[in-house]
Amino acid sequence: MERINRDSKVRKNFHQAKWDEPIIFQLSTPGERGIQVPLAEQEIQDIVGNGFDSLPLKMKRDIPPALPEISQHRVLRHYMRLSQQTLGADVNIEIGQGTCTVKYSPKINDQLAKLPGITALHPLQPEQSVQGMLEIFHRTDGFLREISGLDRFTFQPGGGSQGIFTMASIVHKYFESRNQKIQRNQKIQRNEIITTIYSHPSDSAAPAVKGYKIIHIGPDKDGYPDFEAFKTAVNERTAGFFVANPEDTGVYNPRIREFTQLVHDHGGLCGYDQANANGLLGVTRAKEAGFDMCFFNLHKTFSTPHGCGGPACGATGVTKALEKYMPGPFINKADDGFGFDDQNSPESIGKVRSFYGVAPVVLKAYAWIMSMGAQGLYEVAKIAVLNNNYMFKKLMELECVDAPYIKGRQRVEQVRYTIEKLTRDTGITSGDIQLRMMDFGMHYWTSHHPYHIAEPMTLEPTETPSKADIDEYIATLKHVFKEAYENPDIIKTAPHQSVCHKVDSSPSDDPDQWAITWRSYLKKTAVKVN
Amino acid sequence: MTINKTINGFKHHPYIPNSAPQIQQQMLEEIGLSSLEELHEQIPDSLKLKENLNLPKALTSEFELKKHVTGLLSKNRHCEENLNFLGAGCWQHHVPAICDEINSRGEFLTAYGGEMYNDFGRFQSLFEYQSLVGELVDMDVVNVPTMDWSQAAATAIRMASRISGRKQVLVPELMEEDKFLVIKNYCSPDITLVRVGYESETGRFDLADLKSKLSEKTAAVYFENPSFLGFIESQGQAISDLAHAAGAQSVVGVDPSSLGVLIPPARYGADIVCGELQPLGMHMNYGGGQAGFMATRDQEKYVMEFPSRLFGIVPTNTAGEYGFDDVAYDRTSFGHHREHGKEYVGTQSALWGITAGVYLATMGPEGMKELGQTILQKSQYAIHLIDKIPGVKGSLFNTCGFKEFVVDFNKTGMTVDSINKALVEHNIFGGKDLSMDFPQFGQSALYCITEIHSKQDIDCLAEILETIVATPKR
Amino acid sequence: MKTIGFIVNPIAGMGGRVGLKGTDGMVEEAVFLGALPLSGQKAARALDAFKRLEKTADVGLSFLTPPGGMGELIVRSAGFHPYIVEANSSFKATTFKATTFKATTSKATAPSTAAIDTIASAKHMMNKGADLILFAGGDGTARDICNAVCDKIPVIGIPAGVKIHSPVFAQTPEKAGELASQYLEGKGLRCVEREVLDIDEEAYRKGQVKTQLYGYLKIPDEQGRLQSRKAGTPLSETASQNLIALSIIDEMQEDIIYLIGPGSTTRPILENLSLPFSLLGVDIICNKKILCKDARERDIIRFVQNKAFKIIITPIGGQGFLFGRGNHQISPQLIHKAGKENIIVAATLQKIGSLKGTPFLVDSGDLKTDRGLSGYIRVTTGYRQEMVYPIQ
Repeated sequence: MERINRDSKVRKNFHQAKWDEPIIFQLSTPGERGIQVPLAEQEIQDIVGNGFDSLPLKMKRDIPPALPEISQHRVLRHYMRLSQQTLGADVNIEIGQGTCTVKYSPKINDQLAKLPGITALHPLQPEQSVQGMLEIFHRTDGFLREISGLDRFTFQPGGGSQGIFTMASIVHKYFESRNQKIQRNQKIQRNEIITTIYSHPSDSAAPAVKGYKIIHIGPDKDGYPDFEAFKTAVNERTAGFFVANPEDTGVYNPRIREFTQLVHDHGGLCGYDQANANGLLGVTRAKEAGFDMCFFNLHKTFSTPHGCGGPACGATGVTKALEKYMPGPFINKADDGFGFDDQNSPESIGKVRSFYGVAPVVLKAYAWIMSMGAQGLYEVAKIAVLNNNYMFKKLMELECVDAPYIKGRQRVEQVRYTIEKLTRDTGITSGDIQLRMMDFGMHYWTSHHPYHIAEPMTLEPTETPSKADIDEYIATLKHVFKEAYENPDIIKTAPHQSVCHKVDSSPSDDPDQWAITWRSYLKKTAVKVN
Repeated sequence: MTINKTINGFKHHPYIPNSAPQIQQQMLEEIGLSSLEELHEQIPDSLKLKENLNLPKALTSEFELKKHVTGLLSKNRHCEENLNFLGAGCWQHHVPAICDEINSRGEFLTAYGGEMYNDFGRFQSLFEYQSLVGELVDMDVVNVPTMDWSQAAATAIRMASRISGRKQVLVPELMEEDKFLVIKNYCSPDITLVRVGYESETGRFDLADLKSKLSEKTAAVYFENPSFLGFIESQGQAISDLAHAAGAQSVVGVDPSSLGVLIPPARYGADIVCGELQPLGMHMNYGGGQAGFMATRDQEKYVMEFPSRLFGIVPTNTAGEYGFDDVAYDRTSFGHHREHGKEYVGTQSALWGITAGVYLATMGPEGMKELGQTILQKSQYAIHLIDKIPGVKGSLFNTCGFKEFVVDFNKTGMTVDSINKALVEHNIFGGKDLSMDFPQFGQSALYCITEIHSKQDIDCLAEILETIVATPKR
Repeated sequence: MKTIGFIVNPIAGMGGRVGLKGTDGMVEEAVFLGALPLSGQKAARALDAFKRLEKTADVGLSFLTPPGGMGELIVRSAGFHPYIVEANSSFKATTFKATTFKATTSKATAPSTAAIDTIASAKHMMNKGADLILFAGGDGTARDICNAVCDKIPVIGIPAGVKIHSPVFAQTPEKAGELASQYLEGKGLRCVEREVLDIDEEAYRKGQVKTQLYGYLKIPDEQGRLQSRKAGTPLSETASQNLIALSIIDEMQEDIIYLIGPGSTTRPILENLSLPFSLLGVDIICNKKILCKDARERDIIRFVQNKAFKIIITPIGGQGFLFGRGNHQISPQLIHKAGKENIIVAATLQKIGSLKGTPFLVDSGDLKTDRGLSGYIRVTTGYRQEMVYPIQ
């Protein structure tokens, strides 16, 4: 037998799973059951009857909802197949979803979070019966305090955007309670939040819900937030400054301390968007940079899985001075164990989520930090940055790739590149490349809209991929770029090897055609009979 | 002992392939550096930590980690080894094994923001989730799940405010305090909440009070079915009619586990429906299984106000192939722009949405009907038994409820706190103490009965309660 | 069946290669210098997308095109059978020869025959129900198209001229074809208005850049469907413009006079107030009522005398001129009198992005006024959303 040649780093024979499954409703066969419900015992029925009859007449649902009727194995098979048609991090070299910090979520942590010692806990159980859980919350709070230098964390926010919203709520409450103490005629309207163009769009969108006017600062020629512009923006109307550092470009603003100082000089508060702190763990902290608040996305930096977009946690921390505005309750350690505060502080913003946050996510983050220790966190930051700069160097060697700002200098954990030259040469856009990368089993991301860097490409290798993985990603990108010059049609008509072919988006903007549920689809596509 | 004043990394970490020094060196050379310390050049020295963080020593082996965390969890006394009657926004239902199986699939568990092509399964399963909930609530538009019921209610209220262009929202006096706080914070400073009184016999809205508070300022009336305290608000149609007559929206929150037996709010005039998905296949998870949903009719004015993603089914360029897409992606180009854009969207609770879909597909119409019926029967039986205990009133309200009911202990002369403490000694978690949030009901507790409670469990509760309240006061 | 109007300005781009900075009125010279027509080749590249469209998407296509080098030849060589739109053309010849131009090109001041033909063909196409016009040329050609169809039907420019300043052109000929075919396939693309700009070639040749705003064309918005699925709903440009207008309206003060400069960004202010507006002129309003439509400098001076007033303007896309391009009615004296704090700049983040970080420019005609504006200014970019942006 001749040896089979499989030396290429590029997976040219890749094809994603494609099961061609029907929609779940099409699997229905009247009479099939997926599960039986534990019914009321005969003795109960003898006493209370069928239960249904005691409902007020007009409240009774006589015909049950038109759900499909499917046997258990068929339901299982359906969803197993759908799962296989989803490109999760467990099966993929996750470099292409820049800014999302998609890293390895250790299996042991998922397993631990499935134990009844957490899944079968009710949030209102007596404190004495949940000591282990409270300890995990309390200790994780302590870890995040050490990692950030701030003084108290809440786990209520269910994601980064809600973390930003919580910070905005705290800013709002802070000025509201201060305003109550000063005389009416001295009241200043603190109604502006300053952020930067390359911070996450939620740094603008979430404070806007609290009624703030949003002021954006653009980059200077090096890609740092323009300090001169910032100086003209900060004034007595400034309530807060919300910023990511490094920003989406991977550029770290070394003058951050001057920015936060200036805001403080004008009486405002500073909130650090640390959704992605992966490149900074154990290297630098919110406190030293002068921030009053920050939030960490436990599903990013702290490895708890993204779960298709939640459940997640945007753990939000504040300095001692702002503790009283936090959503309650706090967990404290006393001599007889862990317990909640009896009452919310009167100046608290109230609550941002029911109960205390997503406990399994907190548990997974806790386990991850415990498996790392201080040295592990430092290694994570160093390797995330090493991986990124290695990739940066390799990609910048390609003629069609560039990255605006601070030429020849390092980036932190990610880079926003531009492939504008490739587009000019071939007509192939960054969006086209995204669709073609799928044909090799890779994610690829452009940027938020509107683009401030033309034909953007945002890549973030965390500490998770090996050198060989990074080399594979680069080789695949190179292969696709080469195709752009030699065979652009194959890119324009991509994806070819993914689960489905180019979708027709036109119904999505047409109220007469869009179909958000199967029932709506059946109505809107019914053959019209006159 | 010497204090370690240096800063070090963790070599050969199993989660970090390039923590192997040999590879590191090779990569550093490629980028012209000689050590890892030369990275992070942009960060000024004044901001750099000079020593490692003060954290516990790493549990380097997986075995040690497992032992440590299971050790912590074993300090908990969970609801499978105790008899639990707590509900109040998080309910103990049976979770079909298939739900855990699917949401543990690594592909779903670790996916995030791919496209409809390579994350096809995510798009299809969330579209199906929307469709299944759509049947349950009898509405054509359902969103990708939000954080929890409270967030869904807060968002529904903001949507209603934008649609009506008004700023005042009427909510029941008898609603969950935490939910009220979430909504209040989410809506302040521009929307104010006004409480509507209740009939003391039934807990339902006092319609006269509702009428007096409805005005041209009212954006929406929000109420729940079943209500937080378990009673059924049977005046749904009258409330919606009054709201509509005042030009306001009718926003109704539901516990979906009731919708096999209770009519969906759309049939009594609800314009926006919201609720909690946790009963549909999520473990309680110490309150971490929560996920909210919203539903509306298929009208542009509602669809355009959703801040959440809405997945739609579309054709592809290949015959016979389903495709999925974001519906009305550019939603902000319509509607009411002055309302500060459309709120924010971010990571919420997608995996619980997929799970709720699996649950509903598994339960089917019969399953949901039987679930509702069983809960009705068992909770009525519990009320019946508890009511027989001297000094205890099985249900504070005299109307039919669902799943939860307020037990009135006032005549026992005991506090709920002391009763619950005594119950714990019998491995029973008694109902939520309402004396803080609803002082008007004195010593009352909110009890929850679901399909998981057997006759024996309920008998046991009644029996022990009886002995506790019969014991001379301590 | 979809109908595409296809027009090629055969002389576009000829000046560039021989260093003439534009071909308006210079064909003879260009030919003399050895220029060869290139626009046809570029236009042909745009047609590839339609072959794919017919094949894969099963969309029936018909082409309307002027004869010969103005389109017919190129469409035919791409394998389509066009309907010919007679346009009184002097370019009917199936092969063009330099001599043809020599004989027909008139003096620099008069519109060239190419322009007349372009305008006539575009009008024909519109009347014959074209769904979209694809044209190959430069800024001059865009002006002609603008003259012919205004914003009545969508168009896309294939960049083939020397001057490509107007954002009505796709980045590459291939992209132009791609965008057109997506639009025709019904991919849900919305249209946005884009400026038609042209620089004064006479001045340009002498080293001065003088941009003029000629009008607006409607083009399919590719940003409209470019989606970043990780994020929430991004705003379309049209939506952003509307938000900006609402924000400005909400902050308007009583008895203050507002001078509203031209542009698709400022127009929604008047639309939202249900006031009449001029497309390219300055409109004056006060207390949400119109005082003067399409005001001349004299009118403005009359209205603002001894009154407090503010100026609302938008920069020119891709270039960033705040004053001195298309809004000369607002004289340096007026700018000076208003003061920087009374200048409200409106621009979408998309438009800011198109400047690629280069500061706003001011060319009011008075250096002192220009200098007085340098520094930073707050730009309204959305509803209660601003950006601090530099002015050179």
